[in-house]
Amino acid sequence: MNETFIFDHARTPRGKGKPDGSLHEMTPVKLARVPLVALRERNHLDTRELSDVVMGCVAPVGEQGGNIARMAVLDADYDQSVPAIQINRYCGSGLEAVAMAAAPVMAGQADLAIGGGIEMMSRVPMGADGGAWAQDPQMSAKTHFVMQGISADLLASLRGHSRRDLDSYAAESHRRAARAWAEGRFDAAVVPVTDFIGLTLLARDETIRPDTTVDTLAALKPAFTDMGTKYGYDAVAQQVYPQVERIEHLHHAGNSSGIVDGAAAVLVGNAAAAQRLQLKPRARIRSFAAIGSEPTLMLDGPAKAARRALQRAGMAASDIDLWELNEAFSSVVLTMMEELNIPHERMNVNGGAIAMGHPLGATGAMILGTVLDELERSGKSTALVSLCVAAGMGSAMVIERV
Amino acid sequence: MNPSIEVIRMAVDADGVATLTIDYPGKSMNVIDQSFMDSLSVCIDRVASDVAIRGAIITSGKDAFVAGADLLAMEANLDSVDNDPPAVAFEKYASLSRAIRRVETCGKPVVAAINGIAMGGGFELCLGCHWRVMADAPGVVVGLPEVQVGLLPGGGGTQRLPRMIGIMAAMPWLMEGKSANPAAALKAGLVNALAAPAELLSVAKAWLMGQPTATQPWDVKGFKIPGGGPTDARVAPGFVVANTMTLAATNGNMPAPLAIQSCLYEGTQLPIDKGLRIETKYLLDVATHSPVSRSMIRTLFINKGKAEKGMHRPAGFAPFKCRKLGMIGAGMMGGGIALVAAQRGIEVVLIDRDAEAAERGKGHARKVLSRQVEKGRMAQDKADGILARIQPATDYELLRDADMVVEAVFEDRAIKAEVTKRLDAVLPPTCVLATNTSALPISLLAKASARPDRFIGLHFFSPADRMPLVEVIRGQDTSDSTLAQALDFVAQLKKTPIVVNDARGFFTSRFIGAFIDDAIGMVAEGIAPALIEHCARQAGMPVGPLAITDELSIELSVHAGQAQAKEFPDTYQPGRSVPVLQRLYELGRLGKKVGRGFYDHGEQGKRIWSGLAELYPLRAEQPQLRDLRQRILYVQALDAAKAMAQGVLLSPADGDIGAILGVGFPAYTGGPFCFIDGIGLPAFVAEADRLAELFGEHLRPNDLLREMAAKGQTFYGRTARA
Repeated sequence: MNETFIFDHARTPRGKGKPDGSLHEMTPVKLARVPLVALRERNHLDTRELSDVVMGCVAPVGEQGGNIARMAVLDADYDQSVPAIQINRYCGSGLEAVAMAAAPVMAGQADLAIGGGIEMMSRVPMGADGGAWAQDPQMSAKTHFVMQGISADLLASLRGHSRRDLDSYAAESHRRAARAWAEGRFDAAVVPVTDFIGLTLLARDETIRPDTTVDTLAALKPAFTDMGTKYGYDAVAQQVYPQVERIEHLHHAGNSSGIVDGAAAVLVGNAAAAQRLQLKPRARIRSFAAIGSEPTLMLDGPAKAARRALQRAGMAASDIDLWELNEAFSSVVLTMMEELNIPHERMNVNGGAIAMGHPLGATGAMILGTVLDELERSGKSTALVSLCVAAGMGSAMVIERV
Repeated sequence: MNPSIEVIRMAVDADGVATLTIDYPGKSMNVIDQSFMDSLSVCIDRVASDVAIRGAIITSGKDAFVAGADLLAMEANLDSVDNDPPAVAFEKYASLSRAIRRVETCGKPVVAAINGIAMGGGFELCLGCHWRVMADAPGVVVGLPEVQVGLLPGGGGTQRLPRMIGIMAAMPWLMEGKSANPAAALKAGLVNALAAPAELLSVAKAWLMGQPTATQPWDVKGFKIPGGGPTDARVAPGFVVANTMTLAATNGNMPAPLAIQSCLYEGTQLPIDKGLRIETKYLLDVATHSPVSRSMIRTLFINKGKAEKGMHRPAGFAPFKCRKLGMIGAGMMGGGIALVAAQRGIEVVLIDRDAEAAERGKGHARKVLSRQVEKGRMAQDKADGILARIQPATDYELLRDADMVVEAVFEDRAIKAEVTKRLDAVLPPTCVLATNTSALPISLLAKASARPDRFIGLHFFSPADRMPLVEVIRGQDTSDSTLAQALDFVAQLKKTPIVVNDARGFFTSRFIGAFIDDAIGMVAEGIAPALIEHCARQAGMPVGPLAITDELSIELSVHAGQAQAKEFPDTYQPGRSVPVLQRLYELGRLGKKVGRGFYDHGEQGKRIWSGLAELYPLRAEQPQLRDLRQRILYVQALDAAKAMAQGVLLSPADGDIGAILGVGFPAYTGGPFCFIDGIGLPAFVAEADRLAELFGEHLRPNDLLREMAAKGQTFYGRTARA
């Protein structure tokens, strides 16, 4: 395997994924362009050297449809010779895009590539792409489809998480994200978004609420109670988990990831490219892995994916300095910390999607960059990035600073 | 194929309007079978080819239009194994669909004049016509009830209805199988117009003489389904919700509702001809790849009908009609039976120890009736009339001219014996005395009577005014004429009887007991209570076994066990549940009435008592969901086979009807014997042996099952005809 490095990464700030969100008035392709332009300009990149641009997008329909990655490449004024591809592993897409960009480099079929992602949830809502899983009666029945929030509550019920456990974690996410911004920890990664007349639409993540506490969260009503009890989702989940006497509905808007708009890109390549283009290797990609797990519980994949990635890298969980796990729901993070015995100080040290939001196709690339920056800031060496993935999957990647 | 039967008569009038009158020779109802389809084809061919014919009216020569497929004819095929290759089977199952498609594409306008009930395939034929007019008269309904017997409309119903009224509007008619009266049918768009019965044909003809279309909307280029197709943003979320609601409700035990949804989802994305192919495939799949529809048709339609027509009634006795009923015991049960009897026009003397208690029994009837009146389901004067027929009393002398007496006093042999003696003193010699008991042997109770030949058991189920089953228990000395009279009485009450021989727990009580006893035994084995409850519910039981035990009272269960031990010291065998119930009883956990049993019952609902896990620590490795579900169904099926071997049951049909209508055994199984037959005896025996290895010897199949498996037999033999 050829050693493959991360040279640089960039992301947009995450805008509220609603009509009043600051990024809402921009088209997805224009947002996807932002981190690509940043990588090109910052690195004085001769884009002809790129073998591919891989971008995650989870609702690739409408204005995000038809291979938005290629449109973003053209709009970012990359050389026309640069191909591009859009991929979808649901929430893992952004990280998988980096892995899929890196894989040909590792295999000796490419020198330089970009992986990243785009999702404008304010314009192309979650589920806009339909799909057999929930809509086709046969697949809904076969997989015991439930809404993801039900899975999160099921996970919390199975593991005995209390509402306070979940809310404490969520409040800490906001505190850490606010601290990270206050201390400038995101400054290098985040590219302010300006429009075509030069107006800055958004320069910082829009959904952080530094004043969030366990007590303010306690006032929020559980989001999935009606869905679970009135629309049959609890019963369907219990057909797979009959040992759960009752699914406790504990997740709400405040301890679940936010719906946002955002895009990110990560530049990867081999030593030859680094030398030729004067790029500085910042970390090497030690391994990556994706796994499938039981689709109704859906969200317990990260620990499994992490174990597989660690095994590939010949490492143990204790070899990892910093962990980054997408905060899809509080219970997902608590579960992984419990399963791999990870102290909270080393998990998501700068907050996560509960505070800053989860632009589905882009998040994996964003948090990979976040943890790399934090390794450098704190002088640490190794990190594992992972995400839980819809329909029962998980994605993970191990990186090590050079 | 028998084209010689002219199921449909055809006449053409001077205006060139052909009237196709469905009038099946030799049958009281029109049903759909091969002769019907052949006859329809002949007629439609002529309509299409005869230039003198401008259009056709399809109507019926009987009171009903067409009642649907001939389920009784289907009985002959219930046991036949279809080994047809898929292409041959497909053609068979497509036959009705093809015939109806031919109607709507014949090139001439066809109108359905729905003069009476049009159900199932009968209504599907109407949907295949270009226009529908329905007689506006009481009792005339249309509907697609196939789902209720585990099938789906296979004559285009799942394709035409959504194309007519929209997918989401069509879904409830298909998924629930409800019928619509004329007003509802017009409102929902199931028919185009209503007409007075006398004007039905002229309205139909007037449409044909106007500007009729001979093309269905879905055959016009550019057709769009009203409200959008299944992936349309207005419809797709409806599927997401409906898919889950269906799975939650069926637990995956019923193939038909899912198949109907798939017909809607897949078929409506396609041109009609492809959509009809999808429907045929799902019909074939549901009908041949799962025993559910066969089992449901057998038990809930064919055998239930036979039971209600008196399949066990001894011949040669004059029909009995009860005019005056003595009802002893005015508790919940007595009050309920009194109400049913009064509703059927019977004068009831409702007797209890004191006037107050007797009055309370009548109060029950009053409450039920006033609720009916409040909901507008019954007129006040009718309710008053029913109530007036119930006479609360304390005096047995009033029974000197009773035609029949039902006794439903406390389940205690001594008390029942005393009542029997008092009745013997006043009743006319021919009067049948029926005792309502759920477990006490009838022959033993009959010993208190001087006339044991007129003594019989009638096991009603609570609430008696709503539960449809009566278990008729024949004692050792019960005479044929007594049995005949009792069955006539049950028929008069419009209940469904099963007839069983006398044994402790008869059939239904021992049968449900096998389930409850084993399930409580699971607690002692360290199986998680939530797992037990959910697996039982998911297997199709209406309530979890621990919840029902709390509901019925642990205290009562313990007392009943003690009474049995005292009464039958030689034969009493304590069940697996006894030590568990005893322990809870001693801890004061007496059941729901005190708020404590297997559950803690509070205002927020009930939660499994946390202390239970301390009494019975959970096994480290819990059983697989599938194994536990199997155990729950098998333990009862095995007990039914034991009851059969012991001679308690006269026929498998009694066991199946009693299990479903009496004690909530899941309807999709068709009852324990259909369940065993559906699996196949050898496979059932092998699975029971596997479960016995996993869970214990009580799951071993008995000799009867092993012998039947070895001989290649089934309980129903070739057909359900006894």
